[in-house]
Amino acid sequence: MKYVDEFRAPEVVARLVDKIRQSAAALPPREHPWQLMEICGGHTHTIFRFGLDQLLPDNIEFIHGPGCPVCVLPQSVIDQAVALAQRPDTLLCSYGDAMRVPGYHGSLLQARADGARVQVVYSPRDALDMARRYPDTQVVFLAIGFETTAPATALAILAAAREGLTNFRVLCHLVLIEPPLRALLADPDLRIDGFIGPGHVSLVTGNAPFEFIPTEYHKPVVISGFEPVDLLQSVLLLLEQLQQGQARIQIQYRRVATAQGNPGARTPVTEVFEPAPQAEWRGLGPLPHSGLQLRPGYRDFDATPLLQDSPQPASLQPTVPSAEADPRCRCAAVLSGKLKPGECPLFGRECTPDTPLGALMVSSEGACAAWYQYRHQGAANGSHRTD
Amino acid sequence: MCLAIPACVVSISDASHCLAIADSGGVQRQIDLSCIAGDAPAEDLIGRWVLVHVGVALALISDDEARASLELWSQLQDLQ
Amino acid sequence: MARTERISLAQGSGGEPMQRLLRELIWPAFDNPILARQEDQARLALELQPGEQLAFTTDSFVVTPLQFPGGDIGSLAVQGTVNDLAVGGAVARYLSCALIIEEGLPVALLRDICLSLAKAAREAGVQVVTGDTKVVPRGAADGLFINTSGLGIISAGIDTGTHRLMQDDCLIVSGPIGDHGAAILASRQELAISGDLRSDCANLSPLIQTLLPVPGLHALRDMTRGGLNAVLHEFAGAAGTTAVVNESAVPVRPAVRGLCELLGLDPLQLACEGRLLAAVAPGQAEPLLQQLHAHPMGQGAAIIGRLAPRRNVPVILNGLYGIERTLAPVSGELLPRIC
Repeated sequence: MKYVDEFRAPEVVARLVDKIRQSAAALPPREHPWQLMEICGGHTHTIFRFGLDQLLPDNIEFIHGPGCPVCVLPQSVIDQAVALAQRPDTLLCSYGDAMRVPGYHGSLLQARADGARVQVVYSPRDALDMARRYPDTQVVFLAIGFETTAPATALAILAAAREGLTNFRVLCHLVLIEPPLRALLADPDLRIDGFIGPGHVSLVTGNAPFEFIPTEYHKPVVISGFEPVDLLQSVLLLLEQLQQGQARIQIQYRRVATAQGNPGARTPVTEVFEPAPQAEWRGLGPLPHSGLQLRPGYRDFDATPLLQDSPQPASLQPTVPSAEADPRCRCAAVLSGKLKPGECPLFGRECTPDTPLGALMVSSEGACAAWYQYRHQGAANGSHRTD
Repeated sequence: MCLAIPACVVSISDASHCLAIADSGGVQRQIDLSCIAGDAPAEDLIGRWVLVHVGVALALISDDEARASLELWSQLQDLQ
Repeated sequence: MARTERISLAQGSGGEPMQRLLRELIWPAFDNPILARQEDQARLALELQPGEQLAFTTDSFVVTPLQFPGGDIGSLAVQGTVNDLAVGGAVARYLSCALIIEEGLPVALLRDICLSLAKAAREAGVQVVTGDTKVVPRGAADGLFINTSGLGIISAGIDTGTHRLMQDDCLIVSGPIGDHGAAILASRQELAISGDLRSDCANLSPLIQTLLPVPGLHALRDMTRGGLNAVLHEFAGAAGTTAVVNESAVPVRPAVRGLCELLGLDPLQLACEGRLLAAVAPGQAEPLLQQLHAHPMGQGAAIIGRLAPRRNVPVILNGLYGIERTLAPVSGELLPRIC
């Protein structure tokens, strides 16, 4: 596949690994490894799928960040989605990623098994097609995602408005990348030395959300693509900045990303959405100005008013303490680089991909889920779980 | 928010709404070009490679930059 | 019956409407002397020669959509059961066929599926000798469910099966994987994807008959639900070994790969319906591969790995850069992802 296979070529990877080893050897010696955080869940997925962390020299390691909209999706949003799905004459459309996330009344998959109409879609436009196809059905689209996914959501709403559709609504949980990064970096115990920036968020937003990292915290950022060659090149660029004591934003993903981003992708978003006063984040709590809400002119497409007359009105606050309230849950420590997934006492026992408790096990790209999926050689203590 | 793949624009299915058919590795799907079309007619994008996420083309792929990325650096370059 | 008609509950209740359905649609499709006797049971004069064994299997088919590029639930219902017999070395002889029809299914569709099922049976050299038809209320079945059970005979001296698997056995697939699963996904209207995607569903019996004489062939399995992943786990578990597979050696057609990249899926999890995984003694891997390549249905065959000494997990993939990772067992539904 063009623009994919070339960026996976083993001979290019081998040469990059050599260069990384040379660069890493030239870094000043330290007690603990140099830690590079990949912010985006898609990068975590690539790292685990191709084993890139095992190609790194011992003094460099990846720390897996919070940039996965599914991992950070609060239980309350799933509760609302399930409640809406259970309304008569309603079809709830969702990306596949959100289907297994557990809510208080179960996941969307479980709701479907219980008789609710839930449909997996690949894009917001597919949900819109459902609304056109079934005019007597209220179609609700669970709109999650960061700035990468917001344009597609906005375009679907604009199309619905143009066509005067009255049976299409959106349960909006679009979030922004900068606030959780600020929350992470504000932690004085944070030990991240450099950041691998989310290439697909960046091709929409440009460098702006990440400017504060070098300017306020003096840490380097490299905006990276998603193939192995991209990630390894980004590691190399970070190491070279660290060697030289530099801290600035570089773009590795130059075939699509620019410092200014894509204004054409931002225009529909600013037309339809405005910043919300705050948004809830699983594992991080509420963060101010961290999400989007529909502008007044588009509030007819908001699904939340429908919750008033749902069979089980879902409260906006979680009704059951999640694992994050469990003192043994170590999601926050794993997120900030202090702990590996296998070192969490719940990992592989109470908390597994089939029974996820914490944010990082919930999606297939959360650090713990990825670790379990690709690296689970029988738990940290060597025992092999057979159930 | 991360899964975006390269696709080649094959044909325009609805010019007034900027919709096209694009091919990724032998699989075709309708995509929305409005975020990258600008003022130019959508037909100008036929044959171009774009990056698609949830059915929307978010960027044109620069072949020159792709080639440049594949060359190894012998020295650090300022990419800003 | 008019072709615009739909199946009604009355036709499932055993009376005249049911008899009409059987007479006008079902029996003509499966015409054979045993079925024509219209008994409640098929009477078969089966004589086993010394050393021969009877093989018996059953499978239910619930695929949606009912018709897809490369096949339909009818042809699948024959091929799936014939394949289950064939991988044990059996030549299939007789099938039963039970239909559970959802009220409202168009009669024309039912006729097309029955004709397809009958054609697949003829081509496989099997007779559908007994069956059952039920109609269930709307919503109680997804259009049509089919169960087929099959009887076959294993010749003397043939003994393939997981009990013969051994450490160091070589693992060979008969062709590219994931075609069926990808075709089904692409046929789902809501994903709106098109491409060169066709189910690989096929009767593997002729191919298998050419492989059985190869010495050192220990076990065969056809990859169905759960794809290559499921069968690797079955083999590894049965032999008390770990299957180590070279990821880049696993053949995948470009369009299947394209679909997987688009939806964020792994081709190793996608169903096949006309592909084998063979385990063969290492010295016989090349002869078996040549035998596969010599047959039209084995063109894309490839050695993909081996059964290695048992490690902590049953299946390990050796990746593109020589890094190993676990292949987790199939769990739950395949869902496309956007992250």
